[in-house]
Amino acid sequence: MLETILYILSIVSMIIGLFFLVVAIVGLLRLPDVYNRLHATSKCDTLGAGLVLLSLALQSEMAVAIRLALLILFVLITNPTAAHVIARVAYTTGIKPQIGRSDSND
Amino acid sequence: MIYEQILDILFPVGAILVMLTIFVAMIRALAGPTAPDRVVAINIITTNTLIIITLIARIYEQVYFLDIAMIYALMGFIFTIGVAKYLEKGALD
Repeated sequence: MLETILYILSIVSMIIGLFFLVVAIVGLLRLPDVYNRLHATSKCDTLGAGLVLLSLALQSEMAVAIRLALLILFVLITNPTAAHVIARVAYTTGIKPQIGRSDSND
Repeated sequence: MIYEQILDILFPVGAILVMLTIFVAMIRALAGPTAPDRVVAINIITTNTLIIITLIARIYEQVYFLDIAMIYALMGFIFTIGVAKYLEKGALD
């Protein structure tokens, strides 16, 4: 019974994680600005990576699961930090945020 | 059991899907108009490569790939910080 619950949780979290990774890539390709792309990718990619690694950790033994948990913690710390640093660099090097609607497919 | 067979299919399919997303991010890294665009795209490529390494570790049952994945995540983070500092200050010291 417990194994069945773990399998179902693993499958569901794997599918949701892959969905968020694809959403992050669509945002990276389609959005018009550096800040918009950061907004899409940093959150979606962090969540997708965390869910895929969680799906792997539910299927493995304890020593492997601890390493995967450390990886999840590391991704959760470093990915928003990197996004913040990139946004600060884009602001200080003089890239203006795009204001208003844009009809061009850049 | 049926769930185990689903997972055995789902892990390689997920690895291939993440590989395709890396190719799409590479388009943005090549075409991005400004330098922070490219840094964003390469940050995404690093995270997705980490996911591929862990999936391959599960598929081939090699535990030591996880250590490599940890080192790879560290190197990607330091790469992003280094390039950002270089873009901001014009030097790395």
